[in-house]
Amino acid sequence: MKYTKEHEWLRVEGDHVVVGITEHAATQLGDVVFVELPETETQVAEGDEVCVIESVKAASDILAPIDGEIVAVNQKLVDNPGLVNEDPTGAAWFFKLKVDDLSVLDQFMDEDEYQDLIG
Amino acid sequence: MADLEEPELLHLGLESLHEELGGKMVPFAGYRMPVQYPEGVLKEHLHTRAAAGLFDVSHMGQVILRPKAGMDDLKLAFEALMPVDVLGLAEGRQRYGLFTDESGGILDDLMFTNRGDHLYVVVNAACKAADIAHMSAGMPGVSVEPVTDRALLALQGPGAEAALEAVLPGVAAMRFMDHRVIGDIWVSRSGYTGEDGFEVSVPEAQAEGFARKLLAQPGVAPIGLGARDSLRLEAGLCLYGHDIDTTTSPVEANLVWAIQKARKAGGAREGGFPGAARILRELAEGPQRLRVGLRPEGRAPMREGVELFAEDGTPVGRVTSGGFGPSVNAPIAMGYVARAHAEVGTQLMGEVRGKRLPVTVAEMPFQPTTYKR
Repeated sequence: MKYTKEHEWLRVEGDHVVVGITEHAATQLGDVVFVELPETETQVAEGDEVCVIESVKAASDILAPIDGEIVAVNQKLVDNPGLVNEDPTGAAWFFKLKVDDLSVLDQFMDEDEYQDLIG
Repeated sequence: MADLEEPELLHLGLESLHEELGGKMVPFAGYRMPVQYPEGVLKEHLHTRAAAGLFDVSHMGQVILRPKAGMDDLKLAFEALMPVDVLGLAEGRQRYGLFTDESGGILDDLMFTNRGDHLYVVVNAACKAADIAHMSAGMPGVSVEPVTDRALLALQGPGAEAALEAVLPGVAAMRFMDHRVIGDIWVSRSGYTGEDGFEVSVPEAQAEGFARKLLAQPGVAPIGLGARDSLRLEAGLCLYGHDIDTTTSPVEANLVWAIQKARKAGGAREGGFPGAARILRELAEGPQRLRVGLRPEGRAPMREGVELFAEDGTPVGRVTSGGFGPSVNAPIAMGYVARAHAEVGTQLMGEVRGKRLPVTVAEMPFQPTTYKR
């Protein structure tokens, strides 16, 4: 698992990258009440706003961590936004990206580096 | 008031208790206050509606108004600051009030109590310095005495009566908006959640022990400011600085119920408060715009600042408070809309992240109130 400074996690699954938010991010957000997901089969560039998360406190975005194509989104989050708080690094993945070269993930933090960031 | 320099945060008496309970402390109105506890806003909100929630609201301003001449002089002097009937409030009763300015805007909203030989007033934390100055300047024949050595706790929800009765026998007999002095504890049957409940002023030295006794009662949990906000929003209650301020009149704010007959046209003490010309005119003719309840159609919350449009695209208003209502299990909001669009059931559009989404003007409160009248 890799981590971004924006508190997203990235997990390789075949030639796809699964993206979600970290437990730290979910705790900071508080109870999530609304999730808006991107369309599949859309091309996104690093830094694009791809998802909206609203908690009882505030709205925030998930930015695309890398360039790629959205190949799947987790529709369960739309019906049950609370899943983000219950299982942020498992069942509550947000979207899957198809990328050309998985080595782009090398730039991101590993578990220890991320723990240092939030510690 | 935006401070340019980072102001020193003020500390309240129960701070260490909040920390012990796992409260997440944030700056609020200049004080270090718990925004939530480990349960989180959603569960704290639902707990308050199902059992009982204990809120520390010690940041609010408690003030005693004592007459230098007689009580009637004090009541009439206070009436000169508000479009509210003070003279008619019986001893041992509390009432909602509003300070207005010369243009009919709202300087603050407050609760006041007739305690026989003086009035007890509770004002908003962010406004208290200005309110105290305003009262002192506006009522020269009155001694304005800030109360700085007492905590203020609110116990709210269906379990509040039994829990407080166990600690402070006698309170169960009180009705909504009654006030009692029990020893050196001051109890009002009121609150800011739409639930039955109490607000209790306790001398600072006893406050922690008192709070611990309440927390030891079955069903009582500590509740932070986050849930306090979602609870008051569901109850349709205004938050000063957001839903009401100096740009909104009491009539526009749909607070006509707070202006008693005696102060309206034809009443025994008609007018005679700041902004009377505008407020009486709006009472007679209707205001240009009105604070209304709003129910967004989908699941996306419409928060403060969301612009509202008629179906034909004409701008008609703006959201002043909005979010997710945990008990109604849907997004809810309130805001101001032009009077022609203020009727319950009117379909509007709210612009969220560049998209115009449907929203309907709705009845408030969103959640039925359970006051013990």
